Amino acid sequence: MPDVAIAGFAKAPNVRETPGTTNGVEMLVPIFSEVFAKTGLSKQDIGFWCSGSSDYLAGRAFSFIAAVDAIGAFPPIHESHVEMDAAWALYEAWLKIKMGEVETALVYGFGKSSAGQLRRVLALQLDPYVVTPLWPDSVSIAGIQARLGLEAGLWSEKDLAEVAARGTGKDVSELLDTPYFADPLRRHDIAPITDGAAVVVLSTVERARDIVEHPAVIQGIEHRVDSPVLGARDLTRSPSTESAGQALDLDGADLAELHAPFTHQELILRTALKLDDTTKINPSGGALAANPMFSAGLARIGEAAARIHSGESRKAVAHATSGPALQQNLVTVLEAR
Amino acid sequence: MDVTETPLAAPLNVGFDYTRSTGPVLGRFVNALREHRIEGIRGSDGRVHVPPVEYDPVTAEQLGEFVPVADEGTVVSWSWCAEPLDGQPLSRPFAWALIKLDGADTAMLHAVDAGGPGNIHSGQRVRVRWAEDTVGHIRDIAYFLPVDAEDTTPTEPAPPVAEREEGAPVSIVITPVHLRYTHSASPEESTYLRGLAEGKLIGQRCPACRKVYIPPRGACPTDGVPTTDEVELPDTGIVTTFCIVNVPFLGQRLKPPYVAAYILLDGADIAFLHLVLGCDAQDVKMGMRVRAAWKPRDEWWTSLENISHFEPTGEPDAAYETFAHHL
Amino acid sequence: MTKQLTAVLGTGQTHHRAKRQDVSMPGLLREAIDRAMADAQVGWADIDAVVLGKAPDLFEGVMMPELFLADALGATGKPLLRVHTAGSVGGSTALVAASLVQSGVHRRVLTVAYEKQSESNAMWGLSILPPFQMPVGAGAGGYFAPHVRSYIRRSGAPEHVGAIVAAKDRRNGALNPYAHLRQADITVESVRKSQMLWDPIRYDETCPSSDGACAMVLGDEAAGDAVEGGAAWIHATAMRTEPTTFAGRDQVNPQAGRDAAAALWAEAGITDPMSEVDVAEIYVPFSWFEPMWLENLGFAPEGEGWKVTEAGETAIGGRLPCNPSGGVLSSNPIGASGMLRFSEAAKQVMGRAGDYQVDGARIALGHAYGGGSQYFSMWVVGAAKPR
Repeated sequence: MPDVAIAGFAKAPNVRETPGTTNGVEMLVPIFSEVFAKTGLSKQDIGFWCSGSSDYLAGRAFSFIAAVDAIGAFPPIHESHVEMDAAWALYEAWLKIKMGEVETALVYGFGKSSAGQLRRVLALQLDPYVVTPLWPDSVSIAGIQARLGLEAGLWSEKDLAEVAARGTGKDVSELLDTPYFADPLRRHDIAPITDGAAVVVLSTVERARDIVEHPAVIQGIEHRVDSPVLGARDLTRSPSTESAGQALDLDGADLAELHAPFTHQELILRTALKLDDTTKINPSGGALAANPMFSAGLARIGEAAARIHSGESRKAVAHATSGPALQQNLVTVLEAR
Repeated sequence: MDVTETPLAAPLNVGFDYTRSTGPVLGRFVNALREHRIEGIRGSDGRVHVPPVEYDPVTAEQLGEFVPVADEGTVVSWSWCAEPLDGQPLSRPFAWALIKLDGADTAMLHAVDAGGPGNIHSGQRVRVRWAEDTVGHIRDIAYFLPVDAEDTTPTEPAPPVAEREEGAPVSIVITPVHLRYTHSASPEESTYLRGLAEGKLIGQRCPACRKVYIPPRGACPTDGVPTTDEVELPDTGIVTTFCIVNVPFLGQRLKPPYVAAYILLDGADIAFLHLVLGCDAQDVKMGMRVRAAWKPRDEWWTSLENISHFEPTGEPDAAYETFAHHL
Repeated sequence: MTKQLTAVLGTGQTHHRAKRQDVSMPGLLREAIDRAMADAQVGWADIDAVVLGKAPDLFEGVMMPELFLADALGATGKPLLRVHTAGSVGGSTALVAASLVQSGVHRRVLTVAYEKQSESNAMWGLSILPPFQMPVGAGAGGYFAPHVRSYIRRSGAPEHVGAIVAAKDRRNGALNPYAHLRQADITVESVRKSQMLWDPIRYDETCPSSDGACAMVLGDEAAGDAVEGGAAWIHATAMRTEPTTFAGRDQVNPQAGRDAAAALWAEAGITDPMSEVDVAEIYVPFSWFEPMWLENLGFAPEGEGWKVTEAGETAIGGRLPCNPSGGVLSSNPIGASGMLRFSEAAKQVMGRAGDYQVDGARIALGHAYGGGSQYFSMWVVGAAKPR
């Protein structure tokens, strides 16, 4: 089985509201050009394309189809799509290279979160019979999760503010003086609503060496899902992240990009992956700085890879999440080799 | 293209009252709610799940042992909802809570009408506030109240109810899903739509393949670059192919029968769908020459709807060979 | 080539109906899954990962339903993927599941696809009109009917060919205990007398709206070797996509379908599909797509697919039986329809197709397409391991 590496990454500007369409074309066209310029590849060099997006973000069936226009997909392409964060599209592309079907793949994710009322739309991810009909929003559910940890003594509001303050230069005590938005969560505990897109180029390690000096070799990639029954889960833990992490060799990782849309979720993930202070967390700012739905997980992998490309990291962990209260998680380990 | 103009945007409302068949387990649960009873289900590890789950969270086995539980319980955790959203259990501020009912081992998510965040805490005892009319739906539990609190007045109506035979149990629950979006047109399409508002048909040429697209595109589908050079097109062209719609359907805006046809404007390299009227549907032919029939000018807006339909010009049909490559 | 040998170990499907109001969504899926796992003789501990496919989330009003279904899918604690490639999704889902084994990552994978159309209304879901647009759309039939007209014009096919396909598939469906429509008495004449819905497509030439699910268990070589009576071995897979519309696009005989077929036959080592393939399950939601896809897939030269149909060669007993299960014209749980084609192909080479078994089927095609005839997925399965 050939080893696979990340050879390129680009992302659209993370904005609160893009004037563009929900099919992402205006965000994707420039970043496809950017990643091709960076890698020296052209669309004819790509063996497999895979994307992640959601019809419910756009409010329309088959919203992902028009995104293919951004590729200029004629002559026809070998292509697939997951209705998930594009981190899972990357997983599908990784399989295609592993199985020897293609040498290169381009993965992209996009979403215009601002088109609808995001936290209400996300209520549609819950049980459609007994939970969604109550319309619990994603922020309220995260608040319940955060309080469980607060009252169990696993973290404090100060711990949460410290997560928010890191890398932003904000003062923790000032953050703690701000009012609750959804008690026990304050604004700084909650990821912003972001429109965005990201693209990652994968290839065999051999091919990647021709493209970048320090390819980010995918040493392993694992993902798991937890039960959807919120009341039957220990919400202060992330068993799916734990078991994905256990299947990988995280030792010596100097950097981690964690997809945590809420401050307490970063703490859950750090515990699940047993990351200590020797690992730098979210140098990109993470999802708390920008949370473009359906590409934020892929962007975590891209951000980690970019730091291996630049020589800033030798071994990095990247994580993506999907679903309510960290239900589904993907972890990958990247190495400079 | 005038890049200084912002792209057009308009509301897009997407709504449907979904009809969910419950199956045996959830069916039993909602029918009990109608009678102000709550039933859980015993999992393979002995835990009692409320609401009941059809398949075990640990072993995936089908479950079937129902266990009655109380309509009182304890708050396990909560968060405060200061500005309720559409469809939530209360329109005044309330708490979302995980509540473990007496007799249950897992907690259910619901609302607590606590008045303010100072009046709720984990460990608090709460009781069900049943809806005024219970219909066999999770919303028969209007919300929860602190056990010793006086009843408060529900703010939300009972959910819609599916028709069923007199005396039959509830087997379908209706869950309305109504969402509001803002739909944006691309900058290129906006130029075209603004042209339509002035009675003009503005296409654009792809800078790579030189094909003329109407509507213009944010990305030429074969080259992946935006179309650019504007080309004003006439309102005449041909029917490449078509169908006659005889079938009525939910959400339809036009009364059947009507002819839905691909119209290739003179000078364009791609056809678009529109209506053909002004002759018997059976007389519409592939290659037929047509002209736009515009609505009165005072009805124009930024939409292709400004063209009411296309109608035959009476000119000779185009030869098949001249449009075969557009099929 | 480093692909690991991969086989279908077992298949299962629901009874497809317009409204399966006796079950919930989890119950519907489990009806197919439990049958597939019994057919494959595996338990939950044997399953390494789950891959779910379905068409638009708006049909059921649940965003990424695999999340709430995780327990019912037996996926909790395991990897779970959700594929969506429009109408081809059932096929693409099977191919993603196959790639989990072909890459050597997993030994046994459960894959399932479904649609519960009775939760809403597919015509509504497909006809939501964004602002500024002209309200001309009329569901899938309205979309495809003009292209059927183009095919008829281009090929010179006689008008009754569509009716031949419809009558054949519905009669085949009568042999299939799971089919939604089972019309043993339908005739070419009765089809031609049915109402014209989207002229030139008649009522009886149109697929039904169904609730249903389909599941398969795929496994590696050792797992395949252990299947009693023989597994269905994957010989080749292919997927291709092109844009919905572009200047000069051939919407009758799309390049993406031709390219996918060419790649498929090359990988399978097939040079003459018509004589080397024993049975084909092709995605035919409207009758005329049988001759159109026969050409697109390379079973017949361009413009001559209808002659194969008219000669009766696509009936059971003909040179290339097409859709002996009854096909999409007999059951159409949209998201599952593609996987049904793939699993029916597998059932044929495993000798498990019951009353519609094609004698001596050794090599079978499963095919799906979606969007505006722009997403294609297909596989070739065989009774023997690929050479």
